[in-house]
Amino acid sequence: MSHWIITPVVLPAMLAAILVLMVREHIVVQRALSMAGALALTAISIGLFWQASDGTITLYQLGNWPAPFGIVLVADRLSTLMLLLTTLLAPLVLLYAMGSGWDARGRHFHPLFQFQLMGILGAFLTGDAFNLFVFFEVLLIASYGLMIHSGGKDRLRAGTQYVLYNLLGSTLFLIALGTIYAQTGTLNMADLAGRVAALDPGASAGIRVAAVLLLMVFAIKAAVLPLHFWLPDSYAHAPAPVAALFAIMTKVGAYGIIRVYTLVFPPDLEITQGLFDTWLMPAALLTLGLGMIGVLGAGRIDRLVAFSVIGSMGLLLSAVSVFTPDGIAAALYYAIHSTFATAALFLLVDQIRDRRGAAGPFLVQGRPIEGGALLAGMFFVAAIAMTGLPPLSGFLGKLLILDAAGASPLMWWVWAVVLTGSLVAVVGFSRAGSLIFWKAHQTGPDTDPIDPETAPEVEDDTAQPGSTKGPVAPRPVLPMIAIGGLVAMLIALTVFAGPVNRALTATAAQLFAPEPYIGLVLETPGKKIKNDSHGAADDHADAADHDGAEAGEDH
Amino acid sequence: MEFLIATAVGALTAAGIYLVLRLRTFPVIIGTSLLSYAVNVFLFASGRLALNAPPVLRDGAERYTDPLPQALVLTAIVISFGMTAVVVMIALGSWLSADDDLVDRPAVPESDARRPSLPEGDA
Repeated sequence: MSHWIITPVVLPAMLAAILVLMVREHIVVQRALSMAGALALTAISIGLFWQASDGTITLYQLGNWPAPFGIVLVADRLSTLMLLLTTLLAPLVLLYAMGSGWDARGRHFHPLFQFQLMGILGAFLTGDAFNLFVFFEVLLIASYGLMIHSGGKDRLRAGTQYVLYNLLGSTLFLIALGTIYAQTGTLNMADLAGRVAALDPGASAGIRVAAVLLLMVFAIKAAVLPLHFWLPDSYAHAPAPVAALFAIMTKVGAYGIIRVYTLVFPPDLEITQGLFDTWLMPAALLTLGLGMIGVLGAGRIDRLVAFSVIGSMGLLLSAVSVFTPDGIAAALYYAIHSTFATAALFLLVDQIRDRRGAAGPFLVQGRPIEGGALLAGMFFVAAIAMTGLPPLSGFLGKLLILDAAGASPLMWWVWAVVLTGSLVAVVGFSRAGSLIFWKAHQTGPDTDPIDPETAPEVEDDTAQPGSTKGPVAPRPVLPMIAIGGLVAMLIALTVFAGPVNRALTATAAQLFAPEPYIGLVLETPGKKIKNDSHGAADDHADAADHDGAEAGEDH
Repeated sequence: MEFLIATAVGALTAAGIYLVLRLRTFPVIIGTSLLSYAVNVFLFASGRLALNAPPVLRDGAERYTDPLPQALVLTAIVISFGMTAVVVMIALGSWLSADDDLVDRPAVPESDARRPSLPEGDA
């Protein structure tokens, strides 16, 4: 049994412990270790992605216990894809955090970042519903710390709301899991698939409640319309690198929906009929509409980007709720695209906020931005991608989604909302861009006499009065490299859209044929315990023997 | 027994939801704790209620209670305990820095309202 699958969970956990226990006072060592860890994770993820790219599903039994009893990690195409997406994002975000000095504005940025990675990667890998909850909690508790990193009044208030909202989400998750366990007697996802299918449709009230509750939990994470209230404030007030990393967090919700509702409650299951057509699709379309209206109405550029996240999640989930292989493939393409686009936009917003002096994030006429041309160019590219204009990946993603929506009874609604929403978003983004980058040049020299050296001190009142600032005077290049990296990812996603889409189509096909997954999880033998003994103490040697014997035959 | 458990879960949840909808952080945190108690009892009951039965194999035992929910509850308790501690700290920080303990942000946050006019003010 290969142990590589568990390294994305173990490595960040160990690294975070080292960072917080041994080098907590040395920011340089922390940066080096954290970056090395993130890059190692990228390498591991590429390896796992490569391994899964021919359709192989790899199983890891924790403690070598067989499936319904022990916890399993499963690396299939979808898991490794999300793994790769996260670990491509993480080093760039980390680079930005280091370059802009965000990580030094408070304590424990790097350990929390690693714990956050551990939670996200674990959530993508696990094959057990309760374990999914635990990894959700790991990523949430790390995100609480990151969210309020470097403090400040507005940020703490937004952080309180974020934590409370997610606490309620966790409560709901537990209730859903309890209901599922009460109905089926198992929480292993592969095992659940068989047991849910075998339930009597006449007595399915409990499991239907559980299915809806679970969908609500994932909808909270994915910020679907009636449950989206936590997102705009949290994302707008979170430190920029954290907001950029949070770009993957909404996708955890989308991943949960895709995983659970293809495996445990597949689309052809009778007892959950109508869940997507009747509920998720309209909710997703409303989310899309609300996000785009928010983009148009936002008075601050960070809130504008936060609302565009909501809009993009609406678009993503409207593709998911078609629930055909084409829809899922389109949704995955759009998920990759919107992760990078969102992250790039949040980082750009931070740079803009820093350089505009007193105008800060507000969409008012300010002074011209130093180094504005490069920044404006990148904002232009990222905004084109985010709003889905040709030629970038957002347009391709949208096209795939519109194409896949043909299978939905609500097809015309999808087309109408997506296209109108795009138009509104284009207007919103161009208004923001022209106000910040172009109209600034129309102002006379006397409108803003604040000189660039002192301006950040005035504008950044969200940071604690006594907190140390990042270096201001010479603009560091690392942040721009990080943003450039994210934009390059978007361009690469556009250029290699063909191969990527083929891989995603294969991923969706694998999701819609879950038999190999279920078979592998349930039929792989684990450790054997002698029948005549009640204690496990004398079985260690025995189990170890089996470990050795089975290592060869497992895969 | 079933009636007692069901009533307890229901009462805790109702009280928890009422408190969560309050305006200030302290009742809201109490509300989330009550909700987590309700969930813990609910999880415990999800393995069916069996009185005076051992959860692990034992000689001479004729029936067993389901051990898995007990393990789940233990995990849930630890997590909700940690989460409550975190939210108390963050709410305290928010209270100390903002001078009030309202959960909602004020309709026009002072910092937001002030900042666009700053250039003129400074000029």
